[in-house]
This record gives sequence, structure tokens and C-alpha cells, in this order.
Amino acid sequence: MIEVRIHGRGGQGNVVAAYLLATAAFETGRHCQAFPSFGAERRGAPVTAFVRIADHPIRRRCQVATPAFLVVQDAGLLHIPATLDGLIAGGGILVNSPRTSAELTQEYARPMTALPATALAQDILGRPVPNVALLSAFLALTGLMPAEALVKALAHRFKGDVLDRNTRLIEAVTHHVAAGAWKEIAHA
Amino acid sequence: MLEALEGSAAVARAVARCRPGVVAAYPITPQTHIVENISKLVADGKLHTELVSVESEFSAASVALGASAAGSRAYTASSSQGILLMTEVLFNISGMRLPVVLTCANRAIGAPINIWNDHSDSMAVRDCGWIQLHCADNQEAVDTSIQAFRIAEAAELPVMVCMDGFVLTHTLETLEIPDQDMVDQYLPPFHFGRMLDPRNPLSLGTLVGPEYFSETRHLAHQALLDAASIIVDADRQWQELSGRSAGGLLTVEGPKDARIGVLAMGSLVSTFRAAMEGTQTSAPGRLINLRAFRPLPVDSLRQACDGLSDLVVVDRAISPGFGGVLGGEIRAALSGMTQAPRIHNVAIGLGGRDVPMEMWGRLLNVPAEDAGFRILDLEPAKLGDAS
Repeated sequence: MIEVRIHGRGGQGNVVAAYLLATAAFETGRHCQAFPSFGAERRGAPVTAFVRIADHPIRRRCQVATPAFLVVQDAGLLHIPATLDGLIAGGGILVNSPRTSAELTQEYARPMTALPATALAQDILGRPVPNVALLSAFLALTGLMPAEALVKALAHRFKGDVLDRNTRLIEAVTHHVAAGAWKEIAHA
Repeated sequence: MLEALEGSAAVARAVARCRPGVVAAYPITPQTHIVENISKLVADGKLHTELVSVESEFSAASVALGASAAGSRAYTASSSQGILLMTEVLFNISGMRLPVVLTCANRAIGAPINIWNDHSDSMAVRDCGWIQLHCADNQEAVDTSIQAFRIAEAAELPVMVCMDGFVLTHTLETLEIPDQDMVDQYLPPFHFGRMLDPRNPLSLGTLVGPEYFSETRHLAHQALLDAASIIVDADRQWQELSGRSAGGLLTVEGPKDARIGVLAMGSLVSTFRAAMEGTQTSAPGRLINLRAFRPLPVDSLRQACDGLSDLVVVDRAISPGFGGVLGGEIRAALSGMTQAPRIHNVAIGLGGRDVPMEMWGRLLNVPAEDAGFRILDLEPAKLGDAS
């Protein structure tokens, strides 16, 4: 079973990101579970969401305390200790940031992968919502499932121009990260 | 066909499959998504029902009452303070023996205000004369929602389907929505024998004096007790059709020779199921999943406890000045049983506190600690000077 924790701020589509990732996993024939841990439900407040992916039905309903992967939609949240809590040894951290992976890795003294997700989304979607770009990078890094699974998940929610733009965003992002770099973690 | 759906959306779809004539609700977290999804099904032309947007939960329950009395299949949903605001009407619905179905997206009650999950709300209306069924996961919530209409209409009693707020309502997971043909086969159209009809005038909820009030209460009590076999039949027949049981009155899981049992309701059961699968090394325990809280299945409970030396009753609601609500009920239910287990009572997961997998092992250790009722996951350091 693979456990992922998504950190972001209210309004960044954290819960939607969790639902999309779980739905993409479902589209490839896996069992999935995704749920939020809302704080006070307001724009800008820290929000955490959880995803579990497995080849068997998932029964546990506790929060994800020891994720294999962290997806951080707002780099400002890296200053909150809870954001990095519990990540398994060798786990992957994907951060929405205009800075380089090397800069983040040096500052936080642990390996991090950066993606300028807000800028990419602004360019292609016309909206600064980083979630789909980060999910596309996550799928490319882990090789957990093809990008088409994410497009299928999006097609449950969007159509027409919005779906087209998101599909272009998903394709564009795959060139920004090292495909398969997290494959071993994902298959551990 | 399996789908990946949020619990609230799944329950909305299941309710729609039951072809309700009237849906009335007022939004409250964490129930909101259920009603939103039903509204969307109506707006999209996928559900033909009278959807009544009301100004309060009191009115939501009142509309459901009136609709049911007029012969419609009626549905509503609420949580927490919303359930409290409905309370007077909930008593009237059961007193008039109306088969309304209500989803309670279980949430704590303030003050202090808390939007997260525990069982304080449904426990606060424990004595309102409704059948109360709890769901361990979203598939059970779907199946129980469908069964609820059949049970309600067979028993002429209202049914409250309790599903944990956020933990179930806001969790997207893999589940199956039964197709319309299957639900139609299981749930025939609603024909109410006591329907309010000007051609055949009758009164509901009239004044009853001391001459007959005790008899009405006796009948209400008897009706709830008799509903136990209806619940069992409804689940068995659903299983024959769908291949899935939603848990009957209760389920007993784990090794037959376990001496320590844990009794719980709702989504905790799901986490404990996972913990049992993964803990071959720790002491084995028996898990009793109490699905029917009302009627409380005393005989089934006694059978479920057979051979246990100790039973740990897990509460998600406390009665201040007494202790765990469920703990008190189970003590009463097992009182006088030959070779009854020693009963221990703890509360966990109040107001949304996360219950980790390790809690299963911790609960199995409760008998050895031999302490009275307590909140097991309390963090004493946070009490500060108040302690």
C-alpha cells in the first residue's frame, strides 16, 4: 500500500488533488482511498489531505502518519514542522516552488524535488492552481500509473476547454521532472 | 460496477435509487455534500422528487413528517446541532409511526464548537424512538441507506442511518452503487396504509390522556423490539440480491478462542478490521461490530460475548457525570448473563481525534489496566491548570 500526504492552503485544491490521485489509481484497476483533514475551512488556512493506493480493499481510516510521499502545494508550509513529520526514510518530497530542487534540498537539508507548478498552471490554465501540475509530476516521478489515468480522472470533473488545457498542462509537466526517479520508493 | 466515489455522493446516489417522493434538508457540515449531491441529481434530471429547501432543520424534519404522513417516501439528513434542532419533530415522527429515513452524518456537539466526528448527536436522540443503524464503511452506508427504506416501511418506524462525518462522508473510496433494477426489485413502491387522505379522513398525533398513553408507549417499545427481525431479514434479502451483507444487527469477527473482546460502532470498526489483519504477533481479540444501536439486540449481544473473559466497550460519546453512553447500555444488556465478561468502558476519537491503528492493541490491554471509565486518548498535559 502506498500512502501520500498532500499539504496546501485552503483554495489550492488540496482535497480535489487527493480525490484526483485516488481516482486515477482507480482508473488503473487499483483500490483507493482519499480524504481531507480540514482545519477551519477558510481560504489560506493550512489543509492536509491523504491518499492510499493498494491492490486490496483499504480498511484503515486513520490519518496518514508515515507517508512515502509528500506533495507540498505551498513552500511556505515547509516551515511548519508537521509538514515533514513522519515521512518514511528515503521518501519523496515534491514542492511547488519557483526555486530549484538543489536550493530547496540545501535549505531543508533533505532531498526535495521542486516544480514551478503555480507558474505552469498560470501559463497553460490561466489560473494559479498548482494541484494538477504537481500530480502530473508525481506520476512521472513514481511511474505509478500513466498520465492518461490522471486525464481520465479529470474527465469525471471537467470537459471542453478546461479539460484540454489540463491535459496540455499534464503533458508539459512531464518534461520538468526526472521520470522514474522515485520508482524504487513507489515499489518498495 | 465498482466506482471511486466520495461517501456523501455515494449515499446521495443510493437514496436516489430508492426513488424518494420528497427530500427536505437544511445544510450543515459534514452532512452538506449529501444534500448537494441530491440537489444536483434533481437539477440534472436524474432524480424526480420534490426537493424542499427549508429554512431550518426543524422544518426539514417537519416536511419529511408531513410528506410521509401523506404517503410519500420521505428522506432528510443532518448532523450535530441540526439533529438537536430536529429533536422535537423526531419524537413526533416515531410517535406517529412514520417511515422517514434520515442520514445522520455523525458530528460532535458544541460548545466548544467542533465540526468533526463523534457520536454525540445520534446518542443525544437515543430515546426518540427511531431505529439507529451504524456503518463501518461507505459500502455499508450505501447498502444500509437502501435497506433503511425497506426496514422503515416494513416496521412503520423511522430509521436513522448513522455514518461518521468526514471519516466516511468526505472519504472517496472504491465501492459499488447497485443498479436501479436491483433496488427496484428490493424496494417496491411505498404504499402507506394510514396515509392522510381526505376521502378517508383520520387524525395523526392527537391528544392521548393517561387512559391510553402507557399503552401507546408499550406499543412503541414493542415495535422497536420487533424491528430486530425486520432488520435481519432486510439484510439477508439484500445479501441474496447484491452479494453483500451490511452487518445485520451486529457482526462478530476475529479468532473464536479470543478471551478479550472489543465492541465498537461506525468507522472505527473498519480501522480495527485492518489492525486485526496486520497483527498476528499481538494478543488476539474478538471484534464486535454493533450495527443496530436501536433496537439494542440484547440476545445477539449475549451470544457475541460467549466465551469472553473481558469486553472493552468503545464509546464516541460521553454522558458527563456518568461515562460512556454505549458502555452503560452494554452493561445493562449483559447484566444477569451467566458467565458475563467483565466490562470495561473507554471513550476515544471525540470531536474528530484521529484513532491510529495502534489503538487496537491499546484497547486489548485495557482489561489489564483495570481502571474505570476514561477517555483513553486523553493528553493530560493539555489540561493545564484545569486539572
